Amino acid sequence: MTVTTDNIIPVAARTVRDEMIAFGIMTVLLLIVPFTGIYPFFVMQALCFALLACAFNLLIGYGGLLSFGHAMFLGTAGYVSGHALKVWGLPPELGIVVGTLAAAGLAVITGLIAIRRQGIYFAMITLALSQLLYFIYLQTPFTHGEDGIQGIPQGYMFGFLNLSNPTVLYYVVLAGFLLGFLLIFRTINSPFGEVLKSIRENEPRAISLGYKTDHYKLLAFILSGTLAGFAGALKVFVAQNASLTDVHWTMSGEIVLMTLVGGLGTIFGPVVGAFVIIAMEQYLAGFGQWVTVIQGVVFVICVLAFRRGIVGEVAHFFRLSL
Amino acid sequence: MKSRISALLLGTVLAFTAANFAFAQDKTVKVGALSDQSGLYSDLGGPGSTLAAQMAVEDSGLTGKGWKIDVISADHLNKPDVGANIARQWFDVDKVDIIVDVPNSGVALAVSNIVKEKNGIFIDSGAGTSDLTNAQCTPNTIHWTYDTYMLAHGTGSALTKNGGDTWFFLTADYAFGAALERDTTTAVLAAGGKVLGGIKHPLNTSDFSSFLLQAQASKAKVVGLANAGGDTTNAIKQAAEFGLTQGGQKMAALLLFISDVHALGLNTAQGLNFTETFYWDMNDQTRAFSKRFQERMKNHTMPTMVHAGVYSSLLHYFKALEALGGNPHDGAKVVAKMKEMPTDDPLFGKGSIEPNGRKIHPAYLFEVKTPSESKGPWDYYKLLATIPADEAFTPLDKSTCSLLKK
Amino acid sequence: MQALYAQLLVGLINGSFYALLSLGLAVIFGMLNIINFAHGALYMMGAFCAYFLLNLANIGYWPALIIAPVAVGIFGMILERTLLRWLTGLDHLYGLLLTFGLALIIQGIFQNYFGSSGLPYSIPDALKGGANLGFMYLPIYRGWVVVFSLVVCLLTWYLIERTRLGAYLRAATENPTLVRAFGINVPRMITLTYGLGVGLAALAGVLSAPINQVRPQMGADLIIVVFAVVVIGGMGSIMGSIITGFALGVIEGLTKYFYPEASNTVVFVLMVLVLLVKPTGLTGRAN
Repeated sequence: MTVTTDNIIPVAARTVRDEMIAFGIMTVLLLIVPFTGIYPFFVMQALCFALLACAFNLLIGYGGLLSFGHAMFLGTAGYVSGHALKVWGLPPELGIVVGTLAAAGLAVITGLIAIRRQGIYFAMITLALSQLLYFIYLQTPFTHGEDGIQGIPQGYMFGFLNLSNPTVLYYVVLAGFLLGFLLIFRTINSPFGEVLKSIRENEPRAISLGYKTDHYKLLAFILSGTLAGFAGALKVFVAQNASLTDVHWTMSGEIVLMTLVGGLGTIFGPVVGAFVIIAMEQYLAGFGQWVTVIQGVVFVICVLAFRRGIVGEVAHFFRLSL
Repeated sequence: MKSRISALLLGTVLAFTAANFAFAQDKTVKVGALSDQSGLYSDLGGPGSTLAAQMAVEDSGLTGKGWKIDVISADHLNKPDVGANIARQWFDVDKVDIIVDVPNSGVALAVSNIVKEKNGIFIDSGAGTSDLTNAQCTPNTIHWTYDTYMLAHGTGSALTKNGGDTWFFLTADYAFGAALERDTTTAVLAAGGKVLGGIKHPLNTSDFSSFLLQAQASKAKVVGLANAGGDTTNAIKQAAEFGLTQGGQKMAALLLFISDVHALGLNTAQGLNFTETFYWDMNDQTRAFSKRFQERMKNHTMPTMVHAGVYSSLLHYFKALEALGGNPHDGAKVVAKMKEMPTDDPLFGKGSIEPNGRKIHPAYLFEVKTPSESKGPWDYYKLLATIPADEAFTPLDKSTCSLLKK
Repeated sequence: MQALYAQLLVGLINGSFYALLSLGLAVIFGMLNIINFAHGALYMMGAFCAYFLLNLANIGYWPALIIAPVAVGIFGMILERTLLRWLTGLDHLYGLLLTFGLALIIQGIFQNYFGSSGLPYSIPDALKGGANLGFMYLPIYRGWVVVFSLVVCLLTWYLIERTRLGAYLRAATENPTLVRAFGINVPRMITLTYGLGVGLAALAGVLSAPINQVRPQMGADLIIVVFAVVVIGGMGSIMGSIITGFALGVIEGLTKYFYPEASNTVVFVLMVLVLLVKPTGLTGRAN
């Protein structure tokens, strides 16, 4: 099996200028949300998932690795942060750090195992690992089984930012999202990102050029897992609970769906995709039973006819680089 | 401190409004039925709970007295954060006053926290966790239909007294299963029975044969299933296959609904013991309600005890509203009124709501009929024992709820 | 010691489901290079099909054993013709994503119409009851499942490894262009192969209907375990996937006896161990 991942993303000449403009527009739009009357909790939730999807996208879009187990980082960070805040009584900023570190540690271990195979096997291995973790969390006492960790205190960030105020919380989450987003943006445009892309395009050639491709893939996996964990730690403050659903494989499937809808391998695609899917979940809640079916249909349509995703199609149409 | 001041202010404003504008009452109410519409619990709650809520609105007769009552519903997908978000949005944007049903303990606890923060009302019917009226009780939450303590004590003590005095447990290996096993064990021992052993199995086990073999070898008179949903039904189905009941052992499911019995079929489920607080064929009133419910249900199923709980809890809520005369938007105040009034409804009979939010009514130990005993569709249960209301639920002095002054 | 024999036998029964399912996955993967995420959903459809046959057409277990796999297999072939075909030449990951979407749709629709608690299906009269083997009570149906699935697995192996049709199949996997040059209709062979793999899943579904509750979600979690089985065994050989399936069932059975709490995770732990020692899987070729 040769590694033919080139059709995953239409490779176009990228200009940093387009991306900077788009980033500016996105930031301004997100900054004014609290003044528009849009329900802030919806946007906060979507921002957490957007960061999660961006982290996932770093792996598939730029490393060609499809992880079907990214929920494990989201859930692990959520549980550890929640536990740290509620039981240990740590302040919010430390809670986030502890949760993110836990996800990073998990990423190192799972990365070392999963990176041994590629392609479909990689997807199946990450899925199986996350299922293993799901069962572990189900049985460990500190997660409280299917009740989850509830009523996690929001507290005061740095001692003075009152996170139980929705507007303050919104800007804190937004700052976290932008921080993570810029880190990913920077990574993609760094020499490290270039090597990753070369591995995705043609791994044997990258090896022959003297790159230790496994090291690069492992690093990308760890970075992606850590950022996914960061998103999970932020989400704890929005949802005020940490539960098993965040570790379940259906969550991993949703992350894939978000990125696919928005556009695999586009910088802004995962953000758009996350907003679309979260909005779907929220506003189709009245449809009840059909939500899963609709998600499945969206999956099928995206794979068959819409592989560039929303952002990818727009970028392609206007010949932009987003 | 801030919230206390605002609560005080709000209280003053409300008192002022009530005193001066008694004739211009606000009589609009919005009921939100939040349930699992698509997953594991959709048969015991789901669309049926929305229907039950609508029937309660119609039967309350309040709409004829100048009230405007809307029922909306949503799917929490069994995700605590989705449930919490919907609840928050319902209070902030849609101006919902009361949330009902909410199966799935994780979601119920998350919703309960939001409801307290927003001073709304939450009457849980679908979830089993007894935490709702213990460690995590709030002045805004009432737990109506059943809880794990009642299931464990009902089945454990009633069955032991009926002669099933040696037990073997098949327990789902997580907090819920452990709590069920612990509570049942206490009840069995208190009733003079013995526990011969038990086995912990992982959640979502599809094959129970090796566990059943060990249960069979234990020679215990009762095999207690401390698990839920698909685990319970699979275990029951395979126990029939391995001939446990033919061998003289009784199967006791600690959490089972009529929807599960219907799904298993009498051939498989016969002889099964479990506790519920409602069965459609109890008396004329329950039969009348259930027939009406069945006619309007999409797939013509009989109501579960969760559906019955949604219906009767809302009836009681409407009675409290009528007694208050209007202005239904101060959740804690309405809940206090509901606790003050004794309950009496066609489905659960007379009862009361304790200060910790626990609704008290009798519970029943049932046995599933054999196919030859059953006279028609849905004729499934025979009553073995009635556990009186004051024995069925956690005694108040054992409740760890902070609302109780000790 | 007696109990141990019983657990071994019980493990073998579970193993037969793993073997049938991973065999189907391996057959499909060999020909289409797709990991069929919808496999669990199709397994569920097999069980439901048996239920429908019994309750709508009054067709019992024995005919269902043939009709259901054929019906679901035809459904699978339609899926292949109308949807999967469009992915030829694309990255294999798209196949995984497409079939994942299909699984969501199929499971969601069944959930809408039949609820979540499932439907009853009882053991056929001829296989009711059990035999006392001295060390355990073996329900006859369980014994039948082991024997029957072993036979089906071996037949499939024979079909693919020892017959002319199988030879074409294997050749078409290696070099489709060359096989086409010999005048063999490769697209049709792909369709048939997918049908065969799907049929095996449906067959497993019919077999499990009398044991497990017929529920829309019955295949959803099972498929992840089967994925782990496939990773452990590697998809290089048909025989490999059969043996791994049975072996893992037995290992799981032993875990249920010695340390029941871990019986759901043991397959995943084994997968990690195998990956650390032999990344290509037990029977896999390096590729």
